[in-house]
Amino acid sequence: MSAPVDSVVTLEQISKQFAHGKTVALQGIDLSIERGEFVSLIGPSGCGKSTLLRIIGDLIEPSEGRVTVHGKSAHQARLDRDYGIVFQHAVLYDWRTVSKNISLPLEMLGWDRGRRAARIKEMLELVELTGFESHHPWQLSGGMQQRVAIARALSFSPALLLMDEPFGALDEMTRERLNMELLRIWDETGSTIVFVTHSIAEAVFLSTRVVVMSPRPGRVSEVLEIDLAQPRTAELREDPRYFELVTQVREALARGGADSAFEELAPEEGGE
Amino acid sequence: MRQVLKRVGVFLLVLAALWAVWEGWHAIGTEFDLTWPFPVNDVTMPHLHRIVQSLFEPAQINGPWLIDILWHDSLFTAKECIVGFALGVVIGFGIAVALSQSRLLERGLIPYIVASQTVPLLAIAPMVVVGLGTKGVKDWISVSVLAAYLTFFPVAVNGLRGLQAADPRAVELMRSYAAGRWRILWKLQVPTSLPYLFSAFRIAAPLAVVGAIISEPAASIQGGLGGAIVNFNQYYSIEPQELWATNIVAALLGITFFVVVVLVEKLVVRRAPEHYA
Repeated sequence: MSAPVDSVVTLEQISKQFAHGKTVALQGIDLSIERGEFVSLIGPSGCGKSTLLRIIGDLIEPSEGRVTVHGKSAHQARLDRDYGIVFQHAVLYDWRTVSKNISLPLEMLGWDRGRRAARIKEMLELVELTGFESHHPWQLSGGMQQRVAIARALSFSPALLLMDEPFGALDEMTRERLNMELLRIWDETGSTIVFVTHSIAEAVFLSTRVVVMSPRPGRVSEVLEIDLAQPRTAELREDPRYFELVTQVREALARGGADSAFEELAPEEGGE
Repeated sequence: MRQVLKRVGVFLLVLAALWAVWEGWHAIGTEFDLTWPFPVNDVTMPHLHRIVQSLFEPAQINGPWLIDILWHDSLFTAKECIVGFALGVVIGFGIAVALSQSRLLERGLIPYIVASQTVPLLAIAPMVVVGLGTKGVKDWISVSVLAAYLTFFPVAVNGLRGLQAADPRAVELMRSYAAGRWRILWKLQVPTSLPYLFSAFRIAAPLAVVGAIISEPAASIQGGLGGAIVNFNQYYSIEPQELWATNIVAALLGITFFVVVVLVEKLVVRRAPEHYA
């Protein structure tokens, strides 16, 4: 299987074992993600969705299989800083102000002060945090912290954004607002997003495609195209087609062997 | 402002209470001829006002006031302490960085680092003083080296803990930026370790004073507080207040270093409020 020209991420027969093969986290994953797609990985605890995301980012090595990012090995893509990553927790540096946190990857890239300042200003506007540049992380709400983390991930304009349950620790209202904001940013930047979530509603609302995974061993059980109109609006959450798709994803999760999916889709995998 | 006043008030209150306990015990002890746990008289427990008063009297006939002598002794010892503290911090943190980079080094060396602190300072003092002396190193620098022998330990142990305290996801974040181990060390681990380092400095600062005072006699140094203590020891049965006064000055020196560390910490370490004890 060769990578299509416009493929941003290609996974071929990816497997991952932990603890000397005793735990099979992932088995035989094939997946291709195209430029500009918004792909969600959804599944119950232990389906390896966070592990898969880290394999794409070359933060974990697969036991078998091949990962291609922008036509290169995942390792080379990481060294070329081809992607930005956002975790469930903002993981901001306490000792740095909001501006300085956003500046971190830019410092790594060796940007000069003037260029950094200009980009930080842009980013603060993008995530609507202008006026908070000198605040320290602990002075911000959870939602604001996560917006700083998103600004940091996007600051160096990576074409690929990896997100590991970025809104999982937020309350429902903040989460819905940030969903809208993320869609706007996705639209404005034209980036490709791989999004790990355990929320069916969130996956359907945001994505162009939902990859349903099942546990023990982790594998892709179904891939669903989400044909809702673009750009997505808040009203879409009351659209009959939206409910249909939510039901389809839920049934796919159940078929995937995750009978207990509904209990297991609680907040989870914090440490993964 | 209110807070400051309150703190000063509490400080003065505790001071008054200590004075009352001391003088009270003295009064009861002399009145009833207490011999347990020790006989109470003007030699074992000189009056506090006598101790303070002795600071403003000549230590020797026609000599300068005691406080004048102790002031110069303190400056001399302070110089040894500052160099010893700095040396201990550099060596201690260097060890912490080295151990943080290699599990093998950590496992291999930690026992020896711990063991180093079980060796009494007095036992190694002559070796250091004589050994460095043959290289032409000044005696007071040898004392600094001995002070560093005490101060490096908390810095190494706490520093290592701080360097290892970085959030694993923050490490992943750094790796996603293609950061190598030195970048991760400098941009993430060192800042993470700062609060840990400063709690080590709070311990190390008074330790430097103790180390210097103990080492001065071993290096036959007369010009510092250690020398003064040895000197006033010999006259204790006649002039006990002079040794007590010297002790108080030595304690003040340790407290001064501690306060400086705390003030610098407040300027340097910017963390969420829950990080402050």
